[in-house]
Amino acid sequence: MTDQTDYTPVAAQLPSRRAARDTILGLTRKDFGLLTVVIALTMLAPFLLNPFPSNSAMAQFNAGYPDLMQRFVIFGIFAIGFNILFGLTGYLSFGHAAFLGVGSYSCVWMFKLLGYNVLPGILLAIVVSGLFALLIGYISLRRSGIYFSILTLAFAQMSFALAYSVLSNPSFNLTNGETGLQVYTNDPQWLQGDGPRAPHIFGLAMRETETLSVGAWNFQFNAGYYLCAVVMIICFYLSVRLFRSPFGMMLRAVKSNQQRLNYTGVNARPYTLAAFVISGMYAGLAGGLLSAMDPLAGAERMQWTASGEVVLMTILGGAGTLIGPVLGAGFIKYFENIFSKINESTLHAWFAFLPDGLEDALVAIVYPFVGKGWHLTLGLLFMLVVIFLPGGLVQGGNKMATIFRRDRKGGGVEDDAAAQRQAGE
Amino acid sequence: MGILEVKNVGKRFGGLHALSDVNLSVAENSVHAIIGPNGAGKSTLLNCLVGKLIPDTGSVSFDGQSVLGRKPHEINQMGISRVFQTPEIFGDLTVLENMMIPCLARRDGAFALHGYRAMMRDREIVDRAEHMLEDMHMIDKRGMHAASMSRGDKRRLEIAMCLAQQPRLLLLDEPTAGMARADTNNTIELLKHIKDSRPITIAIIEHDMHVVFSLAERITVLAQGTPLVEDTPDNIKGHPKVREAYLGETEH
Ligand SMILES: Nc1ncnc2c1ncn2[C@@H]1O[C@H](COP(=O)(O)OP(=O)(O)O)[C@@H](O)[C@H]1O
Ligand SMILES: [Mg+2]
Repeated sequence: MTDQTDYTPVAAQLPSRRAARDTILGLTRKDFGLLTVVIALTMLAPFLLNPFPSNSAMAQFNAGYPDLMQRFVIFGIFAIGFNILFGLTGYLSFGHAAFLGVGSYSCVWMFKLLGYNVLPGILLAIVVSGLFALLIGYISLRRSGIYFSILTLAFAQMSFALAYSVLSNPSFNLTNGETGLQVYTNDPQWLQGDGPRAPHIFGLAMRETETLSVGAWNFQFNAGYYLCAVVMIICFYLSVRLFRSPFGMMLRAVKSNQQRLNYTGVNARPYTLAAFVISGMYAGLAGGLLSAMDPLAGAERMQWTASGEVVLMTILGGAGTLIGPVLGAGFIKYFENIFSKINESTLHAWFAFLPDGLEDALVAIVYPFVGKGWHLTLGLLFMLVVIFLPGGLVQGGNKMATIFRRDRKGGGVEDDAAAQRQAGE
Repeated sequence: MGILEVKNVGKRFGGLHALSDVNLSVAENSVHAIIGPNGAGKSTLLNCLVGKLIPDTGSVSFDGQSVLGRKPHEINQMGISRVFQTPEIFGDLTVLENMMIPCLARRDGAFALHGYRAMMRDREIVDRAEHMLEDMHMIDKRGMHAASMSRGDKRRLEIAMCLAQQPRLLLLDEPTAGMARADTNNTIELLKHIKDSRPITIAIIEHDMHVVFSLAERITVLAQGTPLVEDTPDNIKGHPKVREAYLGETEH
């Protein structure tokens, strides 16, 4: 690679070329900046997500409790992986929940057989979902476009049916049907020893939580969350590397013009299959982590709604961008858990300052959009984003950034990806 | 024995005989033009050479090896690159990235799982791609989205991408179709430059007689799916059968 000829490219003086040369951890400055932001956000999440004092009326908007924070990063992993397939190659899988489910079951099985250390379970989740993705991808990728989507959907629904009933009978009970797979006291747990009787990593229990009270604020630091957060940061880093690699470029070429790619001597099939398997492994890892946080795996994780959810996350955040899927996952999980908790009496409390008639009228208008109706708000938001910001939240962020620094040079970190997405419309 | 040998090739679409009994031999390092009226089967013939279509009868061999039954990417890896009638490029990628893909395909083959290596730090590939762009006078467009270029530039880029693979046989399907005179002349100059600067065989389908007579060393005239004559440009110009079947048509 060091065979420098006497020929020096004119373009060597161009800025992008220089930026490409000095790298940190193999990332360009811009990408490293993005990684730093992700690290800071995840590490400080217990503070950032808990801005309201716990005795205030706004406290219900706090999302800084372990259970929800775990979900943010786990579904972030799921969406990062999904984006490798959908964002780069344009192949829209409607069956990725199958891999999430397979990962969950694998992890619980390791709890049952080996013991409560989460490491073997998480590793097995990645391996099994990868193999499963290889099988499903190999068949589904014989078609493209809508037919590919339908094939993946069909496979996922078959997996759901298998998990829900077929693979759960007295003679061969792999999934424990509608009860869900869980650990029982008579399970072998060969390597359990006298470790904690709940998921742990080398003795540190996942549910271990330190609470830091500052005045009326209670910040919670949960072991499980930090494990998931570290895993997500690694996943994010690997996905950035992949995006900027020759492999990532080939995947974008698949999306852009598969015909040209084939007539350029490149076999598109193994590229898409590799992307499918990698994204399946991300999904399996996310599933494994779900079980590691709560050792119970149910078939509903494979439902088509779960497959659809990751599609929404990716598109909402910005498909094909680096950080978009993480934002999308956080956004949707926040809505699902926070907006859905607002009930009628909360609304009455908010509008109590208004005259009674007006109060009732406002509550009547707002109520369908919160609580059980949170899907309605999410749907509206999704429509607005798709119509006005086809590059997702990332594009929105970039637009705002450009407005703020109109007279300064340089674009947002993800201009390229968002612009590319728009060009692809 | 030419580098490309087409023997008794026939192709039907339903009841339509798009090609029947086509024989063609393209000599190594020559420029061979295939001309003929619209619907003569020129594109169909080209598609049979690159694996897009499989002929019903006959054989196609490149450098002594049959190409039939091979996938497009395999045929390409044998050394045949193709330029399409409407430019086929990677519209969402930058011009430089467009150039890098054929360079990667040449070095790493049909599939390589380099998911951890930084693409822009692959000096060998970046340099080769930039060198090629300079050669084509497109280096100033390296950061542009390929889709936003003019049609002439897209065509130029597509030809450059094909050349980056250092093919032994370059196939062009009406490279100047829909181009203005100036662009057409640029393309002629470009193809002359290509032919003079490296050992390469070029087979070109063309409608524009000006292009054909400025470039070709041999010409095959195709009409209704069968070769009418094959000869040098000078002889083709005066050939009565050709005037009748083809040139006569375009002269009014
Ligand atoms: N895929 C196809 N299916 C059916 N008919 C086709 C197909 N491709 C070409 N043809 C027909 O074959 C004949 C030759 O077409 P083509 O090779 O494109 O001609 P040319 O390139 O010489 O103008 C035309 O009559 C065309 O309509
Ligand atoms: Mg044609």
